[in-house]
Amino acid sequence: MKKNSKVSDAIAGVKRGDIASVSRALTLAADGRQEADELLKAFFKDLGRAQKIGLCGPPGVGKSSLSSRLISLYRKRNLKVGMLAVDPSSPISGGSFLGDRLRIQEHISDTGVFIRSIASRGMVGGLSNTIFSQIHVLEAYGCDKILIETVGIGQDEVAIARAADTVVYVTTPQLGDEIQAMKAGVMEIGDLFVVNKADLEGRDKAVSDIRSALGLGLAAPRVWEPPVSAVSARDGLGLELLLADLDRHEKYLKETPEGRRRLKNQCREELSLYVSRRLYRDFLSKVSEKDIEDLVDHKINLVDLASEILK
Amino acid sequence: MVKVENIQESNLRPHRVLIAKPGLDGHDRGAKVIVRALRDAGFEVIYTGIRQTPEMIARAALQEDVSAVGLSLLSGAHMTLFPEVVRLLRKEGLEDVVVFGGGIIPDEDVSKLKKQGVDQVFGPGTPLSSIVGYLRERLEKKQ
Repeated sequence: MKKNSKVSDAIAGVKRGDIASVSRALTLAADGRQEADELLKAFFKDLGRAQKIGLCGPPGVGKSSLSSRLISLYRKRNLKVGMLAVDPSSPISGGSFLGDRLRIQEHISDTGVFIRSIASRGMVGGLSNTIFSQIHVLEAYGCDKILIETVGIGQDEVAIARAADTVVYVTTPQLGDEIQAMKAGVMEIGDLFVVNKADLEGRDKAVSDIRSALGLGLAAPRVWEPPVSAVSARDGLGLELLLADLDRHEKYLKETPEGRRRLKNQCREELSLYVSRRLYRDFLSKVSEKDIEDLVDHKINLVDLASEILK
Repeated sequence: MVKVENIQESNLRPHRVLIAKPGLDGHDRGAKVIVRALRDAGFEVIYTGIRQTPEMIARAALQEDVSAVGLSLLSGAHMTLFPEVVRLLRKEGLEDVVVFGGGIIPDEDVSKLKKQGVDQVFGPGTPLSSIVGYLRERLEKKQ
């Protein structure tokens, strides 16, 4: 009973725009227990109201610094911005060092910006298992833009393509040549490509390497041609152009079937994550130590045991 | 075996802790050591870097929904800055966030800080296991 009132307080608070409630709701959402179901139910009508911008790319390319710059530009337009910054959890201790805020200090006193650090808690692919629930909290809070910064793991962090509307792949002039840009994985999911640290040598080469890799072997012209831009988050160069590209992509999603296709993919992914969590919570918790002993002692086979559990 | 199970259990809902350095000293080695030790003990640790104002720390604690805030300070300004962080946290409605501190803090100041809401103070040479143990126990009790 007490727990329920805690959850309904948080729900009401989020809708009122109360920061402490948003924070509390994000924790409930992250923990993904039964009590978070009420949040999901209450907030599902806000689904799709914000542009969700995913930032991915290897560690150290400046995703956080770039996010900070984008937040400033959106704030100039008086838009409410939420940010979810994911860093890895230790597979050994379960602990995590969340350091993305360090690069995003300037917005701390701005009430139009809400930043939350998230530990990946065992999920591979650059996000956390309950990221969708947390996105819904920020949408219900009224954010116009939600930046999602993934774990910087490099070539295979494609989960972001199933959670964000617009995926920005960030790299630098000094990370690999054209061959790297031709590889499968992240290079296929970018809607926008950004060469950050454009103050460093090799900027033009990096931009043209990515451009040519994107254009190789295309069977038919694309409706959306991913723009490649050079920016410097440190010096503030090229950011207005990047912002214009982000706006253009949002418009493209609104005006073509691609927008709806992506929303459907997001729903599909969220449903699948939710059902796995429920299976885990409702069924795997029923597995006893004795069941495992029985497996080891050949007293029951795995298929029969699983069928029993799933009944 | 038991140990592995314990880790998996605490995995479900790790404690979130903010480690912050208020004031102007740039000596962040100690803070980083604490961050690392807590990470390895299964905590989710948010570190916001050096030169934080009490307002920045309270704000970050609010947005991150942490259970505890650890303050590291070596400049001698602890009698001003530690209580100010406590005051602002409470003002933000974070009544039960545990505040602990470390650094070059003279013994005679420790009891004064405790009277002003600082839960515990660790001096130089404190074994990491004491800090981890303290925090774990303190936060389990809170839950």
